Amino acid sequence: MQPIIQIENLSKVYANGFTALKSINLDIREGEIIALLGPNGAGKTTLISIVCGIVKASSGSVRIGGYDNVKQYRAARSLIGLVPQELATDSFESVNSTFKLSRGLFGKAPDQAWLDQVLKDLSLFDKKHEWIIRLSGGMKRRVMIGKALAHQPRILFLDEPTAGVDVELRQDMWQLVRRLREDGVTIILTTHYLEEAEEMADRIGVINKGELMLVEDKQVLMRKLGEKRLFLHLTQTLAKIPEALAAFQLDLSEDGLTLIYRYDKQGEHSDITQLLGAIEAAGLRWRDLDTEQHSLEEIFVNLVRK
Amino acid sequence: MINIHGVNALYKFEMARTFRTLAQSIVSPVLSTSLYFVVFGSAIGSRMSEVDGVPYGAFLVPGLIMLSILTESIANASFGIYFPRFIGTIYEVLSAPMSPLEIVIGYVGAATSKSLLIGVIILATASLFVPLEIRHPWVMLLFLTLTSLSFSLFGFIIGIWADSFEKLQVIPLLIITPLTFLGGSFYSISMLPPLWQTLTLFNPVVYLVSGFRWSFYEIADVNVGVSLAMTLLFLLICCVILYWVFKTGYRLKK
Repeated sequence: MQPIIQIENLSKVYANGFTALKSINLDIREGEIIALLGPNGAGKTTLISIVCGIVKASSGSVRIGGYDNVKQYRAARSLIGLVPQELATDSFESVNSTFKLSRGLFGKAPDQAWLDQVLKDLSLFDKKHEWIIRLSGGMKRRVMIGKALAHQPRILFLDEPTAGVDVELRQDMWQLVRRLREDGVTIILTTHYLEEAEEMADRIGVINKGELMLVEDKQVLMRKLGEKRLFLHLTQTLAKIPEALAAFQLDLSEDGLTLIYRYDKQGEHSDITQLLGAIEAAGLRWRDLDTEQHSLEEIFVNLVRK
Repeated sequence: MINIHGVNALYKFEMARTFRTLAQSIVSPVLSTSLYFVVFGSAIGSRMSEVDGVPYGAFLVPGLIMLSILTESIANASFGIYFPRFIGTIYEVLSAPMSPLEIVIGYVGAATSKSLLIGVIILATASLFVPLEIRHPWVMLLFLTLTSLSFSLFGFIIGIWADSFEKLQVIPLLIITPLTFLGGSFYSISMLPPLWQTLTLFNPVVYLVSGFRWSFYEIADVNVGVSLAMTLLFLLICCVILYWVFKTGYRLKK
């Protein structure tokens, strides 16, 4: 199946010489949720801005739904909805009038019934005629999302959508995103909240210093890079690890009561059975054990540090 | 294919702002210009001699309308594009499937409409205070439209160029207003000493005021054809600058 977005050799060097993107290649599949992770200044927003036509690329190409986003910008852009990072709203306009503007700008005929549906989905219906300046920060964030949905886009870019919003609103937004995905909308999400990516994304891309370091299915990524650790809690304190267990490269906790075994990153070919046998043969007794897998956050930090 | 819904939405959105701020957008310029008619037309005007056979109060009307049109066109169009840039909402227009021409039609079309509306209201108001005669109404309408359009385009350029509210005000206050006052709005340039008459011809506003006044009374400081040509030239220059702005993305796209 043809990707809904194809990014090829995309680079961006700003006028001041700063290289924001270095030859990015990325295919985004229709209907997926892809999360782009990266530290501040990594190039996530620049990438989104180029795809949406707000920033000019220095080189490379972007195709959206098969359309070149420069030469066939009308067809390409009409598929896209963008929720930018900053809360940029027309403070002295009503919620509904900004929704109408958004829908019109993207070439869609007026459809108040659809706008009402978006307002209801975002719990904004009772604020329909309210000036945006009178809304809370969370409500304004919903308005931004509503504006992006006003023209029924097939692709939605969410640039840090839950930055600075409370837990309840974040949960609401996650639900909304899931509903949109069920409706077939492709979602590209940038976030600092790794929990968010872990919770929602099908695939994860990591950008650092303008380079796309990897793009991987979330589960595969966690399996590949997520180191597993087995903690064996002993009944007696150990001063040092017995020679008989040297082959397993164990670590001993500071209090001498826990042996830590790091096993292979695939999590498939571990020697746990042999390890337990060797421990018993060495005359050690254990009272409990537990395992731990690296979270996405740890994976991300490790990748970016490299 | 033109994005007609986009142009329509942008135009209506801009016009809605005008009607929401009616006092500031329309009442204020009409009132302040009307005060000139009251003072110079009804009060002092009757004691002043005629200019080229036209009572002074009536002579003032075309110049004052031009003064108002120039100021309002620039102010409306520059604010219209600068404010979304300032608050960040411009992202939506730039990411929408709209051509540069459509964006300009939306913003500048609304600014031009507002100026025309103000011009017509001022004209109607003036007729209450001074005897008015419009010998060439179509030419008057042509000058009114071309001036509103070209100075709205000019204002749009200023709104893109400005990166602060101060800069937004600099050109209208320090350049346009003096040029308008010295462009024959209140007098005929034939009243000036010869050297100043020659220098005044470098002031583009002279051609607008002169052509516009001719449509009322058939009196002009320069030939009406030259006035029309200069207005069209200014319009063309603005179009060329805007073409370059959108071609390069100047101040709009990084």
